[in-house]
Amino acid sequence: MRAGASLARTGMLVGGFAFLYGPMLLLVVYSFNASRLVTVWAGFSTRWYAALTQEAQLMASVRVSLLVALLSALIATFNGTLAAIALVRFGSFRTRTIFAGAIYAPLVMPEVILGLSLLLLFVALGIERGLWTIVAAHATFTMCFVTVVVQSRLVGFDRALEEAAMDLGAGPARTFIAITLPLIRPAIVAGFLLAFTLSLDDLVIASFTAGPGSTTLPMRVYSQVRLGVSPEINAISTLMLAVVGLALLFFAALSRQRGD
Amino acid sequence: MTQGDPLVRLDRVTKRFGDVAAVDDVSLDIAAGEFFALLGPSGCGKTTLMRLIAGFEQPDKGRVFIAGVDMTDVPPHRRPVNMMFQSYALFPHMNVEKNIAFGLRQERASRAKIAERVAEMLRLVQLEGLGKRRPDQLSGGQKQRVALARALAKRPKLLLLDEPLAALDRKLREQTQFELKEVQRRLGTAFVVVTHDQEEASVMASRVAVMRAGRLEQIGTPAEIYARPASRFVAEFIGDINILKRDEEGTREIATAIRPERILLESDAGGSPNSLAGIVDDLAFRGSDTLYRVRLESGTILRVLAANSGGRDAYRPGDRVHVRIPPEACIPLSH
Amino acid sequence: MGPASNVRSGRNWLVIALPYSWLLLFFLAPFALVLKISLSQSALSMPPYAPVFDWSDDLRAIIEKLSALSFDSFAGLFNDSLYVESYVSSVIIAAIATILTLFVAYPFALAIARSSSKLRPILIGLAIAPFWTSFLIRVYAWIMILKDEGLLNRFLLSIGLIDAPLGIFATNTAIVIGIVYSYLPFMLLPLYAAIEAQDPALLEAAADLGASPARAFLRITLPLSMRGVVAGSLLVFIPAVAEFVIPDLLGGSDTLMIGRTLWNDFFLNRDWPAASAAAIVLLLLLVAPLLVYERVQLQDQEARR
Repeated sequence: MRAGASLARTGMLVGGFAFLYGPMLLLVVYSFNASRLVTVWAGFSTRWYAALTQEAQLMASVRVSLLVALLSALIATFNGTLAAIALVRFGSFRTRTIFAGAIYAPLVMPEVILGLSLLLLFVALGIERGLWTIVAAHATFTMCFVTVVVQSRLVGFDRALEEAAMDLGAGPARTFIAITLPLIRPAIVAGFLLAFTLSLDDLVIASFTAGPGSTTLPMRVYSQVRLGVSPEINAISTLMLAVVGLALLFFAALSRQRGD
Repeated sequence: MTQGDPLVRLDRVTKRFGDVAAVDDVSLDIAAGEFFALLGPSGCGKTTLMRLIAGFEQPDKGRVFIAGVDMTDVPPHRRPVNMMFQSYALFPHMNVEKNIAFGLRQERASRAKIAERVAEMLRLVQLEGLGKRRPDQLSGGQKQRVALARALAKRPKLLLLDEPLAALDRKLREQTQFELKEVQRRLGTAFVVVTHDQEEASVMASRVAVMRAGRLEQIGTPAEIYARPASRFVAEFIGDINILKRDEEGTREIATAIRPERILLESDAGGSPNSLAGIVDDLAFRGSDTLYRVRLESGTILRVLAANSGGRDAYRPGDRVHVRIPPEACIPLSH
Repeated sequence: MGPASNVRSGRNWLVIALPYSWLLLFFLAPFALVLKISLSQSALSMPPYAPVFDWSDDLRAIIEKLSALSFDSFAGLFNDSLYVESYVSSVIIAAIATILTLFVAYPFALAIARSSSKLRPILIGLAIAPFWTSFLIRVYAWIMILKDEGLLNRFLLSIGLIDAPLGIFATNTAIVIGIVYSYLPFMLLPLYAAIEAQDPALLEAAADLGASPARAFLRITLPLSMRGVVAGSLLVFIPAVAEFVIPDLLGGSDTLMIGRTLWNDFFLNRDWPAASAAAIVLLLLLVAPLLVYERVQLQDQEARR
């Protein structure tokens, strides 16, 4: 019976991971296909990667995406960390329920609604849409993710550490800088990376809030995907997967080393 | 500090959490250089009382004086007392040296002075050579020592210790009790230790305050409190005891307490008027002594502790015995 | 013993004020606007709506206009069978997909949670890693697989299992597959957390008391993981109802899902009041599950404090 259970478990794991990673693996494999017909294998080739470098628009959208992700993640990390501190440390203040609600809502709020409402705001305020409107929109919807990550770290935080610092003569500001901040830094970094990735990934909200000159990578990819499967998309997809994959490996190794 | 001022003076201090008075109208003086214990069951308010002295709580009523100065409204980082936390609260991102140096760095001591003091502290707690270790590379006993060294590094006049031995195993605890005493004697710093363990309090402290439900039940030396408990609560909390109810005088219930080791167990009455007949109900052999449960003819069960000095056979369950209670062993309890 | 009090924790109100005002400006205010525009008449201009309220209106004018509020957009929604059908089919597709995701994720989460404690963090890390990769790309991969001339059909044809392409692509089935695949990590994580937190001794106790493994699962493991089931299901259902990318890329031209309908109204038909009204109704549709989810979240958070 034990052997049976273990076999079933292994089978489930193999099946589950095959389902999760199979499609992505196929994408990668076929990006090296020599044929323009995506699903017919015609030998190994890197020609589609070479073709990518010729696409100036694509490269421009990569720059836009990276810039938006960086800026919005910085804002979201700042706001989200403050919000987490407020939620965990300030106990119950008067409008806490509304505050908590407003923070968690974007976590599950449909993207079409967020995008639409932000667009209407920008139009109403007479703000011309462009890079900065995407930044603001992304900083809004990614902030709650940062809050959740930082909050879970703060909840498990031993308050005695801060009390010990104060007891040894450090004032509140010093205590925060010397003790609290270094100890929640992993969570803040994780929150930043999450915000960065989510921004890099987003199609719907960016589509609503982007202006003519600020097309992000997902928007560019989407407009090509709509036209059908193409080997160039396979190649760019593979590159994007590789970047994320390498980043994840790097941070897994890093956290392993630190023994977190 | 003017001559004669106590190191700590609590003046009618009250601290409430919601409806509960964690500390209820407590006045207390602690002298410089003494080893003082706050003893009581969990929830009695002893930790809150200590946190009031450290400055982590502010009293709702009353004042807190340290070395003659009113410190009631002074935040913890400006108080001349230091604390050793129950969880030790060692900063996990700093090594042992940096932990110990933290307090000195806050007062902007010179690099040389910090290095010298850190080395001195490491010697004091016998952790030379471990300065570069991080807290997660230390054993429980070593962490406890680092916490002690860190709290003492600023040479406070008063050190507060919150359940300092709770996280240690039994063997280490006894050894550490004596080490703490030794350090305290050597430095002359006043120690206030919070504990729920009466044995710990008796071993270490020169003076003990027993707390119950936010109030001080009794203050005295361990021997005084043991010999003359002020209330039934104290009598039962400190050591083993028999409580005998006597007739009620008016509305007041009067009880008598007798320590088990003060009762003599004999095979015959020997004509003594203080002797009562009974039967051994059960016994527990405990090495140096044996604890007997003796059922008296009245039905009352007495706990009697007899030293195993050898020579005489021990009694067995069912044996008929006589217990003799010397009059001076009876402690009258009014409440 | 003494509960940690907030004395001198240095409450700096700026800490609340900064994120709060950001949310006020970019999250709460826009909703007010959506509501406002949904009550406007559509117009062929830029912006394509005739405002009901002007910020310069005095009170009397506002009251006058209130009485002349246009519920046309909302009435339009319910008269327009396109919208009603979109709502209904969105909910049905999302519900089916959520249930399927649960059935795929539960044994998967169980298998991970029952692995050796060394392997567990690696496995769960691998299982949720796809969440970090581009959603668009993951959906795109399924186009390549499911298309009539796609990899799945080519494979099945080549081994002779079928004689004609399955024709899954551009159907609701494809959408369901896409949702299950894309949202699997959202379901896995809360389920895994709920199962992994259980004391293994519970199952030993159940076995010791004579319960078969199946019975122990039904009576112990499953009930204790209900919180994870609820949280995971909501995390899949809520965004799935409003999903745009998956129905747009995997669905057919006749596929009706509200997220896509809203998008088309907005970008293709340029009917902003209609899109806003759709957004409001969609939000109302999701209020109940959203509130349940927030409750679960807050309870969890309080429990951990």
